[in-house]
Amino acid sequence: MKEVIPIKRQQQTAAKIVASARSSQKITTQTLLAQLFEDFVPLNGDRVGGEDPAIVGGIALFNGQPVTVIATNKGTTLEERMACHFGCPEPAGYRKALRLMKAAEKFNRPVITLVNTAGAYPAAHAEITGQGMAIANNLYEMSTLKTPIISVIFGEGGSGGALALACGDQVWMTTDSMYSILSPEGFAAILWKDSQRADEAAAIMQLTPDALQAAGVIDGIVDEPEDESIFCQNIASMLTEQLTQLQQLPVTHLLAQRQARFRQF
Amino acid sequence: MQLFNAVRNIGKAHLKYNQEARQKVPDGLWQVCPKCQQSIYHKDLGRYRTCPFCEYGFRTGAKERLSWLVDTFEPAAPLEQDANPLHFPKYGHKLRKAQQVTGLEDSILTGFATIGPHHVGLGIMDPNFIMGSMGRMTGEKITRLFEVATVKKLPVILITASGGARMQEGIFSLMQMAKTSAAIKRHAEQGLLYISLLTDPTTGGVTASFATEADIILAEPKAIIGFAGRRVIEQTMHEQIAPDLQDAETVLKNGFIDQIVSRTDQKPFITQLLALHERGDSHQTTTTNSR
Repeated sequence: MKEVIPIKRQQQTAAKIVASARSSQKITTQTLLAQLFEDFVPLNGDRVGGEDPAIVGGIALFNGQPVTVIATNKGTTLEERMACHFGCPEPAGYRKALRLMKAAEKFNRPVITLVNTAGAYPAAHAEITGQGMAIANNLYEMSTLKTPIISVIFGEGGSGGALALACGDQVWMTTDSMYSILSPEGFAAILWKDSQRADEAAAIMQLTPDALQAAGVIDGIVDEPEDESIFCQNIASMLTEQLTQLQQLPVTHLLAQRQARFRQF
Repeated sequence: MQLFNAVRNIGKAHLKYNQEARQKVPDGLWQVCPKCQQSIYHKDLGRYRTCPFCEYGFRTGAKERLSWLVDTFEPAAPLEQDANPLHFPKYGHKLRKAQQVTGLEDSILTGFATIGPHHVGLGIMDPNFIMGSMGRMTGEKITRLFEVATVKKLPVILITASGGARMQEGIFSLMQMAKTSAAIKRHAEQGLLYISLLTDPTTGGVTASFATEADIILAEPKAIIGFAGRRVIEQTMHEQIAPDLQDAETVLKNGFIDQIVSRTDQKPFITQLLALHERGDSHQTTTTNSR
């Protein structure tokens, strides 16, 4: 009997985190961009025929320093939400992200990625335009991008679609966020053929920030209070601290460290 | 009507067939091609297990595939067995069963091989090992293959067949995508060749990592190649998708594959590609020296 209680508690904790990561009250990408950065200049297009609003990117000032910002976007109005498929990127989005990262490398700007996506968009059009290869290319190129990358998962971190923007030197999560191989519903449907057991799946998947930090998948957790301005301050101070450390490293050291970070798994 | 009534009234007692005949006829003499639905006498599939009507290559174990491609093969040293990272119920049992069925450690067989005069690092995924899914061990074996090949300055060939990430290993399976990609990038930076051959099925996290990071991407006829599964797409989009959306032939047209190569042609074609790149290697060495 002793073991039953903690499992139940785990399920409640995990289910609660899944719910708050997906909450409609979750801070929007637009608020984050406005509060964390100054002079954000959005840059569009993947340069091979596509533009995907599910990923916004551009150049901005952070503490007076130019940085490249890349963020998934769930949209704020219904129209926007539909246009960006509720934050699920298409290949054009990942290609745009990579193009902006390459530019960041060229101009020696750090890259900051903000991730809140249920996953890459599962549609015929995304398949036709090479979803798998677009994600693969990001993983491949990010592994040796010669500039610091910091990734923050602030809502849903859904599978390969999130990983394609989260191969940073530092990967952080916020208190009410999740990061997983698949949605708990999908996980339960595949393994138990019953998507109703999503809460049970959430508990077993180790998708909470605490579990992921313990496993070394993420480097730290940013406290996420209800007050959005305090939340943004928390993210900003983490970014300041990490950027300072990463920018002191020589590039070869930075890349060796990034390589080792993902090699351990 | 009379006829129908007669049919209805025929009971078991009226049938004089030999109840034991079923046991005397061996199973598996006829197979149905999952692509063109033709019935094929098992001998007509031949050594390469290929449908004579549509050229679809039946799903095949890693060891059988090995015999089609290489002249010699030295398997990589076995790795220490990994724990069950999520403590997923009954996963250990499932792994052991898959190991017994395939004779492999995990969903990929890796090692070093000779193909004609060429030395290569070689990895072959086995669709019979939990759907060829990618677990930690799969990722580790691929990563080590590229690492050793980088040191030995050898090209690598991977033959993929996978349903994608191994759900039972959760986020640790996802991390294999980043780990393998980084190892392939380091290999590429040394000017070394990587060829992937995508076989039925190559999907999910495998498509979104090592399968599509090769210099030359080949595929088998009619192989399913994609990221999201057909069912996922149809359920999310609430619409039917074209039956051939993820067939190798469509993916070729869309520009993501270099060539489709049937099994009989794979060995000579890959040998030719290796030879073409060896010349490239020596050219590169001379230019570096002349600097």
